[in-house]
Amino acid sequence: MIIGRVYKFGDNVNTDDIYPGRYLSITTDRQEMAKHCFELAYPDFLKTAKEGDIIVAGKNFGCGSSREQAATCLKYFGISAVVAESFARIFYRNAINLGLLVLIAPGITNKIDHNDTLEIDLKKGIIKNMRTNEEIKIIPPPEFILEIVASGGLVPYLRKRLHIENREGNK
Amino acid sequence: MATIAEKILAKASGKKKVIPNEIVMAKVDVAMSHENADVVLKSFREIGVEKVWDPEKIVILFDHRIPAESEKTATTHKRIREFVKEQGIKYFYDLKEGICHQILPEFGHCRPGEVLVGTDSHTTTHGAFGTFATGIGATEMAGVWATGELWLKVPESIKITIKGKFRKYVSAKDLILHIIGQLKADGADYKSVEFCGPTIREMSIASRMVLTNLSMEMGAKNAFVLPDEKTIQFVEKYTNKKFEVVLPDEDAKYIQNFEFDVSDLEPQIACPHSVDNVKPVREMAGLKIHQVLIGSCTNGRLEDLKTAAELLDGKKIHPDVRLLIIPASRNVYLEAVRAGYIEIFLKSGALVLNPGCGPCLGAHQGLLAAGEVCLSTTNRNFKGRMGSPESFIYLVSPATAAISAINGEITPPL
Ligand code: SF4
Repeated sequence: MIIGRVYKFGDNVNTDDIYPGRYLSITTDRQEMAKHCFELAYPDFLKTAKEGDIIVAGKNFGCGSSREQAATCLKYFGISAVVAESFARIFYRNAINLGLLVLIAPGITNKIDHNDTLEIDLKKGIIKNMRTNEEIKIIPPPEFILEIVASGGLVPYLRKRLHIENREGNK
Repeated sequence: MATIAEKILAKASGKKKVIPNEIVMAKVDVAMSHENADVVLKSFREIGVEKVWDPEKIVILFDHRIPAESEKTATTHKRIREFVKEQGIKYFYDLKEGICHQILPEFGHCRPGEVLVGTDSHTTTHGAFGTFATGIGATEMAGVWATGELWLKVPESIKITIKGKFRKYVSAKDLILHIIGQLKADGADYKSVEFCGPTIREMSIASRMVLTNLSMEMGAKNAFVLPDEKTIQFVEKYTNKKFEVVLPDEDAKYIQNFEFDVSDLEPQIACPHSVDNVKPVREMAGLKIHQVLIGSCTNGRLEDLKTAAELLDGKKIHPDVRLLIIPASRNVYLEAVRAGYIEIFLKSGALVLNPGCGPCLGAHQGLLAAGEVCLSTTNRNFKGRMGSPESFIYLVSPATAAISAINGEITPPL
């Protein structure tokens, strides 16, 4: 069960909005990336969002550039899940491959307000708005994808698959 | 009854047949990364595999921040050069060659029927050669480096048929902006787009690449131009490697069919701050501009520079305008020098930059101040992409860009 406060966005939030191009020279320091989430497009985010928050967004969240920093910065900021009407495909893939939970829930933007608190039950495939008690269905991700997320992302998943879990990865 | 996407993905995953929405493990033929190879590298090290799966199938190059604009980038470049040596990566193009989406075809990496992935969203460009080409993230590229394969969901397909003859100074850029304006930014989300029809057959390879390049901006997973004689001739000019042309079956299933006639199409403009906010240029005529950019993986090819040169020949650009011209590659630059275009640009008062991404992604070179308006032949006009979030980017064709640079305000080329 995941419980968190909602930070809400509209449709077509692009990866330039999530992670500005000027910080793309940060390639390896993930904590540093987290300091620039939404910095230019939605400066309020860095002031008011907290670790554990759930992002709720409209259609096509994460469209635009393939920059993985857009998913990385949210994960290392401590966002516990992103729930959207729909996602742009590369962002969706990046999030899964990094172990950031991304869920598709059609109709969610009408049923949830900024600052509401949500309870996500992955097993039942349901999101509950604790303010209104309303329940919203999640489109269940394919098993294969849940497996990658459950492993903590593609890197641990592949380490397991390639049987290198016991060898020290060169971190 | 399969589309090209279905046929190529079936082949790449060793299956007889695949159906839309099925998830397959596909073998990769070409895996391209630019500076973000550094992000890939971090994950690759974390996976813990010692050697890449095939040093001849990985392409690495520098184009986004060249020459290095900061010490950070210089260090990134250095680390990647060392990795290239360590792993014996055969196809490495250091900062002198140009933009990834121009280098790949110029060096023979785009071949019909293959699977090409790149850590760049506009990797869709290479579908112009009948390649299944799509953008992926850095961590999954690390997985490709380690294993040579990745999971892909078989996309549903959309067919777009183009008819009619373009009017003078109306081009592929105007057409694709018009299509995106109609279908919207998520109109082709997760889908494979096939472009066909008589107008496409007539189009140059460079113009076809404009269509597949910008298909990304309507969400397409990939886009194809059906390969024909022209494609084969082009590809064979740059590679000796054997390839197999894959075409859709006549009874292939498309979830949507669109048809556009370009005969009456006017020059188009995508207004701030989204690529689907498209209007005829005429509706924006007269708006004062500060910077004009002709270049990028969308419109930095020889035919684009030729159009610009024709319009700028003997003219001076407006004193309040900065015109930046960026050939897409060293080869394009060289040909433009030989054809005399560069001389025309310099005489007109333009600034010719080194081949690369330049100001397109707002990392360095030619950034915009608050309140400034930029007319650009690139593919994205997101808020703040080229500098200040208070600036405005309008996307147009090279012809519209050139004529507007002379007038100092947005001007339709006809
Ligand atoms: S020119 Fe622009 S859109 Fe093309 S690859 Fe470079 S940054 Fe990306």
